[in-house]
Amino acid sequence: MVGYAAPASDRGGIIEDSKSLMLWRRVAVEIPRAARESVRTEIPPRALNEGEAREMATETAEPAVAATPYLELEDRVWLLRSMLLMRGIEERAMSLYRQGKVPGSFYDGYGQEAVSAGAAFAMAPEDRLCVLHRDLAAHIIRGVTPARILAQYMGRDTGITRGRDGNVHFGDWRLGCVGMVSMLPDMMLVATGMAMAFKLRGERRCALTWFGDGSTSRGDFHEAMNWAGVQRLPVVFVLENNQYAYSTPLDKQFAVDPVHHAAAYGFAGVSVDGNDAEAMFEATRAARARALAGEGPTLIEAVTMRMHGHAAHDDMRYVPKEQVEQWRKRDPVDRQDSRLRELGVDVDALRAAVGAEIDAATEEALAAPMPDPRNATADVFAVGEAEPMGDGQAPWSGFARGAVS
Amino acid sequence: MATMTYLQAISSALRDEMRADDRVFVMGEDIGVFGGAFKVTDGFFDEFGPERVIDTPLAESAIVGTAIGAAVVGMRPVCEMQFADFISCGFDQLVNVAGKMRYRQGLAVPITVRLPSGGGFSGGPFHSQNPEAWFMHSPGIKVLAPSTAEDAKGLLHAAIRDPNPVCFMEHKHLYRRIKGDVPEGIYETPMTARIARPGSELVVIAYGAMVHVALEATEDLDGASIEVLDLRSLVPLDADAILDSVARCSKVVIVDEANATCAAGAQVAAMIAERGFEDLDGPVVRVASPDVPIPFSPPLEQAVLPSVERVREACRELLAY
Repeated sequence: MVGYAAPASDRGGIIEDSKSLMLWRRVAVEIPRAARESVRTEIPPRALNEGEAREMATETAEPAVAATPYLELEDRVWLLRSMLLMRGIEERAMSLYRQGKVPGSFYDGYGQEAVSAGAAFAMAPEDRLCVLHRDLAAHIIRGVTPARILAQYMGRDTGITRGRDGNVHFGDWRLGCVGMVSMLPDMMLVATGMAMAFKLRGERRCALTWFGDGSTSRGDFHEAMNWAGVQRLPVVFVLENNQYAYSTPLDKQFAVDPVHHAAAYGFAGVSVDGNDAEAMFEATRAARARALAGEGPTLIEAVTMRMHGHAAHDDMRYVPKEQVEQWRKRDPVDRQDSRLRELGVDVDALRAAVGAEIDAATEEALAAPMPDPRNATADVFAVGEAEPMGDGQAPWSGFARGAVS
Repeated sequence: MATMTYLQAISSALRDEMRADDRVFVMGEDIGVFGGAFKVTDGFFDEFGPERVIDTPLAESAIVGTAIGAAVVGMRPVCEMQFADFISCGFDQLVNVAGKMRYRQGLAVPITVRLPSGGGFSGGPFHSQNPEAWFMHSPGIKVLAPSTAEDAKGLLHAAIRDPNPVCFMEHKHLYRRIKGDVPEGIYETPMTARIARPGSELVVIAYGAMVHVALEATEDLDGASIEVLDLRSLVPLDADAILDSVARCSKVVIVDEANATCAAGAQVAAMIAERGFEDLDGPVVRVASPDVPIPFSPPLEQAVLPSVERVREACRELLAY
C-alpha cells in the first residue's frame, strides 16, 4: 500500500497552495503494516485514502493554539457562538419537524458547522455568498436572525422566502447572500458570474460558494472551475467533502483527489480540516486575499463528515457506525468549546445565552402567521428597476478594525 | 428613420444599450474578435473591448449561470447562444436558477438570452429548433419573438431594460431577408401583440418568421378579408389582443414553426377555447411542424416546416366551413 506523507504543519492543517500540495503529494511513502493498522483504527474506514491521512496532522495541535494569528479572542468566541446557534437551531427544527410543524423533509449540517462558520467569517460585508444547505452558520454570521430561520423551516410568512421555498433553500439578498437551488452545484456558476462582475468593474470584492463532494461530478463544477481559471476571477470555491453524497461514498464519486481539480484548472487548491472553524477561517482569509490581489480563484477542500442522514427520513444505514464514532471525537463545536475554555472564556454562559435566544426565536416563529394563499401566484416577475443585492454583516475584527479591506 | 435588416436592428439595439449603460455587456461563443457566428456583434470588440464583449469557453450552462451572477450584483448581461438549440445545455441555469429566483427569494435577475432560432436553410436537427415553448412552460421567464426589424430593435431594448430573465427569440431566417424602417435611438416596443394586417373574416395568429408566411399566404386569398396578428411576445401573452381579433374575425388559424405538441400556438388555442368560444364560427385550426426533429435535406425540411401553401390551404378550408 502506498500512502502519502503529510508535511509537518503548524498551520491548522492548511496546505498553502496547489504547487506545494502537488510537491508533497508526489512523495509517496510506503506505510509500514503496523502503521496502516493504526490508521485503520484511528480514522473512519471510508477515510483510508491520502485525503484522509493528511488531515490527521491537525489532530496533534493543542486545542487552545490558534490556527491563525488573525483571530482575536472575540472572533474566536463569535465562531463558537455561530456554530452553537447553527446546531441549536437545527436541533430545535428537527424537534419541530417531529412535531409535524416543519413541512416536507428537514436537512441539517450537524458535524459540519465549522465549514460555513469559518469560511463566512472571513468574508467582508461587500463580498457575496452563495450558500449550500448544510451551511446555516453562514446565514447567521451574515445577520439572519434565528426567528426568521425557524419561520423559514416552518413555511411561515416571516421566513426568508415567505413560504415559497423550504428548509435551507434560502438566502437573504439584502445581506449579500443568494440561496441555493437543488441542482448542485449550480451556484458555483452564479458565484463565478458575481466575481466576473467585480473584476469587470474593478472592485476589490470576492464571491464565495459552497458545494459538496457529489457536485464535483457535474458539468457546472467543471464549467465554473474552468471559467474562473481562464479569467482569474476573485472567487472562492469551498468543496465541502462530507464523505457522502446522499448514500454515495467518495470512491463511487471520483477517481482522483478532488482538490487536484484546482491544479487542472490552473489555480490554487488547498485541503483543510473542515472540522476546525479557525482553520477554515484562515484558509478562506488567505483565499480571499489572493482573490483581491488579482491572483484568481482558490479551491478549498474542507474535509468533514455528514453526521446525520441526508435528510430527516434517512437512517444512514449505509454508513459504518465506527466511521460516525470516529468523527464524533472530532466534533467541530466541541473543539472550539475546548479551545475557549482553556482561554478562560465562560462557555457555559455563552451556551446558556444561545439556548435562550433559540427559545425566544422558537416562540416568535411559532407565533408567526402562515402565508396568505392569495399570494401563491404573486411575485413571479419583478416589476420596475431591479434592486441590487445588499451588504451583509461581517463581524470579524479584522474588518471591524479596518485592518483588512 | 433608417432602413435596416432584422440583424442590423438587433446589432443596433445592443450597441445603443452598451453605449447608454455601462452595466450592459455581451457574452457568448465567438462573439468577440470573430463578431459572432451571424455577425450580430461585428465591430463590438473594437468599440467596447474584451471586458464588455466576452468570448466565453464553449459552455452554455456557464454563459447563463455567470450572467445570473453578474446580474444579481448589478450588471445587465446579454448572452448569446450561438444557436437557440444550444440553450438545452444552459436550460437548468435558466429555468431553475434564473426563472425561480424572484419568486423564491425576491431577487430580480435582469438577464437577456438571445436565441437565434428557426429553420428553413438546411441547418438540420441541431441548428433549426424553435424552443420557445420550453420557456413559456417555465415560470418567471419572459419570451419575445419579433418578426420585423423595428420590433427586433424595440423589443431587444425592452428585454435588456426588463428586470427579469428574457429569452429573445431572433429568427435566423429573418436576419438578412427582412428589412424595414427603424426609428432612430432607443425605444421600447411594448410586449404586446401587433396587428400586422387588419381583416374581418379570419385571423391568422403567428409570431417570428411565420408572420411573413402568414402575410404571404393570405395577401390575396380569393378576395377574403384576412387579419394577421403578430404576437411579438409569448410571455407575457397578449390575451386581450388575441380575443379581440377572435371576436372580430370569428375564424382562427394559428401558425407555429415549432413542433406542434404543446407549442405556443397550442397555448393560444387553449386560451381561445376557454375564453373566446362564444365568438368562434368554426374550429380553431393549427398549422405547425409535425413532431419530428427538423430534417436536413431541403425536400425533407420543406415537408416539415409550415409553408405558404399549407397556411393558404388551412385558411381556405376554414373560410368554407
